[in-house]
Amino acid sequence: MAQKVICTFCGSVCDDVEFDVEEFKAKKFCKLGRSKFSKKERIKAPMVDGKEVSYEEATQKAAEILVNAKKPLLYGWASTVNEAIRLGVILTEKVRGVYDQCASVCHAPGTLAVIEEGLPGASLGAIKNRADLVIFWGSNPMEAHPRHPLRYSMSAKGLLISGRKDRKVVVVDVRKTKTAKKADVFVQIKPGYDYPIISALRALIKGEDIEVDEVGGVSKEQLKELAEMMKSAKYGVIFYGLGVTQSRGRDRNIENAVKLIQLLNRYTRFVIWPMRGHYNVVGSGEVPAWEVGYQYAIDFSRGYPRFSPAEFSANEVLQRKDCDAALVIAADPVAHFPKASVKHLKKIPVIQIDPFPNMTTLVADVVIPSAVYGLEAEGTAYRMDGIPLRVKKVIDTEYWSDEKILEELLKKVVELRGE
Amino acid sequence: MHHMLHIKNGIVIDTKNGIKAEKMDIFVKEGKIVEESEIDKSQCKVIDASNKLVVAGGVDMHAHIAGSKINTGRTMRPEEMRMVRQIANKFRASVGRVLLTSPAIGYEYAKMGYTTSFEAAQPPIGALHTHEELDAIPMVDKAALPVFGNWHFVFKYVAENDIEKLKTFIAWAIERTKGFGVKVVNPGGVEAWMYGGNCRSLDDEVPNFGVTPREIITSLIKATEELNLCHSVHLHCNNLGNPGNFETTIETMKLANGFSNDKRQVLHVTHVQFNAYAGSSWRDVGSGAAEIAKVVNGMDNVTIDMGAAIFGHATAMTGDAPFQFTLHKLLGARWSNKDSEVEGGAGIVPIMYLPKNPVHALQWAIGLELGLLVESDKVVLTTDFPNGGPFTEYPYVMAMLMSKKMREKELERVSPYVQKAANLPSIDAEKTLDEVMHMTRALSARVLGLENKGHLGVGADADISIYDFNPNEIDTSNDYEIINKAFRNALYTIKGGVIIVKEGQLVDEVWGTTYWVDATNKVDTEAIEEDLDKYFELYYSVEKEHYGVEEAWIKNPTRLVMG
Repeated sequence: MAQKVICTFCGSVCDDVEFDVEEFKAKKFCKLGRSKFSKKERIKAPMVDGKEVSYEEATQKAAEILVNAKKPLLYGWASTVNEAIRLGVILTEKVRGVYDQCASVCHAPGTLAVIEEGLPGASLGAIKNRADLVIFWGSNPMEAHPRHPLRYSMSAKGLLISGRKDRKVVVVDVRKTKTAKKADVFVQIKPGYDYPIISALRALIKGEDIEVDEVGGVSKEQLKELAEMMKSAKYGVIFYGLGVTQSRGRDRNIENAVKLIQLLNRYTRFVIWPMRGHYNVVGSGEVPAWEVGYQYAIDFSRGYPRFSPAEFSANEVLQRKDCDAALVIAADPVAHFPKASVKHLKKIPVIQIDPFPNMTTLVADVVIPSAVYGLEAEGTAYRMDGIPLRVKKVIDTEYWSDEKILEELLKKVVELRGE
Repeated sequence: MHHMLHIKNGIVIDTKNGIKAEKMDIFVKEGKIVEESEIDKSQCKVIDASNKLVVAGGVDMHAHIAGSKINTGRTMRPEEMRMVRQIANKFRASVGRVLLTSPAIGYEYAKMGYTTSFEAAQPPIGALHTHEELDAIPMVDKAALPVFGNWHFVFKYVAENDIEKLKTFIAWAIERTKGFGVKVVNPGGVEAWMYGGNCRSLDDEVPNFGVTPREIITSLIKATEELNLCHSVHLHCNNLGNPGNFETTIETMKLANGFSNDKRQVLHVTHVQFNAYAGSSWRDVGSGAAEIAKVVNGMDNVTIDMGAAIFGHATAMTGDAPFQFTLHKLLGARWSNKDSEVEGGAGIVPIMYLPKNPVHALQWAIGLELGLLVESDKVVLTTDFPNGGPFTEYPYVMAMLMSKKMREKELERVSPYVQKAANLPSIDAEKTLDEVMHMTRALSARVLGLENKGHLGVGADADISIYDFNPNEIDTSNDYEIINKAFRNALYTIKGGVIIVKEGQLVDEVWGTTYWVDATNKVDTEAIEEDLDKYFELYYSVEKEHYGVEEAWIKNPTRLVMG
C-alpha cells in the first residue's frame, strides 16, 4: 500500500507524494523525484583503494586520511540531512579543514546579497495564499522544480487566490523556456543584462524616466509595463534562479533585485526568494551558520571559523592546491567542477560518502556507501524556503546513514588525535 | 560528572526562600539541592565559598537564541562573527560579537552564571528548526515560546468567540511545536502587514477577520488561564517602536483586569523599553516609563521585562514584521522579512545604539528607568537579546540599577537630550543586590512557572552560581566596578550539580534539557480536527501529518504535563 513520504530530490521537498513499499513504486512524484525513488544502481559496499571492506575498516581509513592531512576539504552536503551536516561541521572544526557546500557553485551569490541588503521573503505557503504576481527571473521551474508551479506558485490555490486565473505570471529569461511558455508575459533579455534591467525598473517604479529606448534587449515600453505591473500587484514575488546568480553581475544582480523589492514595499507588498536546487542545500548553509557563524567557504585552519568565499570556496581551495585531502559527501565535484579543480582532486586522497556511484567515485580512495534519506533513513531537511521537514525512513537497509557514518568517523578522529 | 557537592560557608541570597545574604551551606546530590542529611560527606566534593555570594543560576526568560530569525541574522551579518571568543580545544570554537553561534550562546551564559534561557519567539511552522538550534546550545536549560497572535486559527476562534476551540487549538499547537507557552507578537498587526499595513491601536481591525488586537489579547489570556498553563500570555504589544506608544502599552496592560492566578501574573508584557515612548514624533519623543511603572505597580497580575538597550551593536529581530520594515526605512539598513504561511511573519534589521544619538540615549535611559521604577517583584532584567543588545551585558545593567553614581558617570557621556526627555537623571532609587538577584532569578522563574528554578531550596535544580565578592561587605552604590566585573565571570557555575565554570573559565560541558508543555489532556482535539484539516488542505504548503515536532527528535526533552 502506498504511504505518504517526503521527496528528497529538489528544493521543493514535496511532502504530498506517495510511495508503495511492496511494489517499490513512487506515486504523484514528478519525473525528477521519481528517478530518485526508484531502483537505481548503488555503490555495493565500502571500498578502500577499490577493494571491498567493512564499514569499520572504511571509516578507520577515512579517519586516518583526515587526521594525517594538514588541511582537508570537506565538501558537498546539499543532499544529506541536517543531523549529518552538523556532525560534518564539527568534524571539519576538529580536523581544522575547510567546510564548503554546493551553494558555492550555485546560489552563494544570493547569500552575498543577503549580507549586502538582506532577504525580504516569504514562505512558499504565504506566496501560494497571497501572490497575485509571480515573476520567475532566470529560473525555470517547469524543468528544474516541476511541481513548484502547481504546489506553491503558478497555479497553486490559497487564501486570496483561487488559482491560475487570479494570478499574473511573468518570466524573465534569455530564452523561451518551458516555464516561459506558460507565462502571461515573457520578457526576453540579452544574456548578462539582468543588472541594468533591474536598475531601469527601479527608476521607472520611482517615477523617473530612463533616457534610452531599450535596456538589455527590452524596450522601454515593455519595461514600463512590467514596472506598472509590479507596482500595482497586491502581493508580488520574484523567484530567481541560476540565470541571475551565475551570469554577469552575480551577487550584484541579486543585491540590485533586493533593492528593487525594498522599493516596491513602499508601494505594495513584494518578496523575493531563490529557487534552491538540492533538497537540503538550505540546511547545508543553515547548520554551519548556527554552529560556526557562516554558511559556506569556511576555513578552520586557525582553530576558529573564517569565512572568505574568494579564498575558501572548494574551487578556490582546489585550484590553489590548498588542501591535501578531501571528503566529498552527497555531491559530485568531479562531474561538475572545472578541470583545474578536478586535477588537484585526483592528486590527493579522496573520501566519498554517497548512496550512488558517480564520477567522483572513480577518483575516490575510500568509498563509503550510504542510505538514501527519505527512503531508507530519516532526518531533517529544509525546503527551499527554510521550512523544516523530517524526511522519512520507509525501507530497511544494510547501508549506514550519513549520520551514522559521520558519527563513527568523528569518534575515530577523536581517538586518533588522542583527545 | 555528577558529584555530591557541599558548598560551604557561602553568603546566600535566595529571595524566594527569604534568605538575605546569610552565611550557610548548600548541599547537592544527583543534580538537585538536598538536605545536609542526604549527603555522604566522605564522598562529597567541597567548594569553599567563604565570603562569596551564592545564588541560584540566572534565568533568562526572554532572548532570541535559536531558530530562523537569529540564524538569518548570522547569515546577514558575518561581520558579527569576526570576534573570536575561543579557539577549538576541548570545547567548541566560539565566535560572535552580539550575535553568537549556538555553542557560544551556551558558553557565554555559563560564564555569567546563567543556567536557563528561553527562546522568546518560535515561528510555529519553523518549530523543528528552533529545536535543532536549542539542541546545539550547550550548558543551559531551554524552551521556546511559539507565536500565536497572528495565526489564522486564533483569528477564527476569536471572531467566533469560541474559547473552548481556542483552548483546544492552543493545546494542540503547543504540543505540535513542543513549545512552552503562548507568545503574542503585535496581534493582528502582522496580518495587516501582509497588505502593507499594521494594527497600531487596540481597536484597529485585522483585515478580513473582523477582530481587533483587544479581542485577540483578551481571548488568549482567557484561554491560557482556563488551560492553567504554567506561563501566562507573553505579549509583545502593538505599536512597538513608535513615539507615543506608552499609552497603547498601558491600555494593553489593563486588559489583564478581571483575570487572576494565585501562582503568577496573567499577562507578561515583554521588552517594555520599546513600548514606553511618550511624545508624538521622533522630534519630541520622551520617556513614558514612569506612567507605565505606575500602572504595573498598581496591578497585581501583570509583570514586565526591561528590554534594556545597551550602547553598541545589536540586531533587531522580531515577529513584528511591519515594525522591522519601519526600522529599515528609518535606518536605511539591510532588511530581511519572512511572511509565514498563515501564522505571521518576522523581520531582521541591524542596528547600533550610539550614546550621542538622542533617540538611542533615550532608549537606553528608558530601559533603566523601567528597571528602577517598577517594583522588583514585577520587572525582569532583559535586553531582549539581541534587540536591545547582548545578554553578556546583563552585569552592566545590574550594576547600573544598583548605583546612582555609576549612572551619573554614564549620563555624562550620553546625549544631553536625555536630561530633558527622560526621568533617569532625577531618579535616586538604587536597587539592592537582593532585588537584582530576584529580578534575574526567582522572579523570572516564577514568571515562567518553573518551580525548581531561581532558588536554592531543597528540591530545586542544582543550578548555582557563585560570585567573587561578599554581599555583606560590598557597597553596591560605590563598588559598581566590582559588581560589573564579578557578574561577567562567575567564580563557579554549577549546572544540574556539575561544575561547568570555574574562575570564569569553562571546565566542563553539559547539555541541558528542553522543556515543553503538554496541555492536551485538558482538551479534546477532535473538536478542531475538521478546521485543522481544512486549513492545512487550503492554506498550508505542508501536510498536516508532517507538521510539528516529535519528542523523540529532541535531544533531551522534559515534558511538563499541565495539571
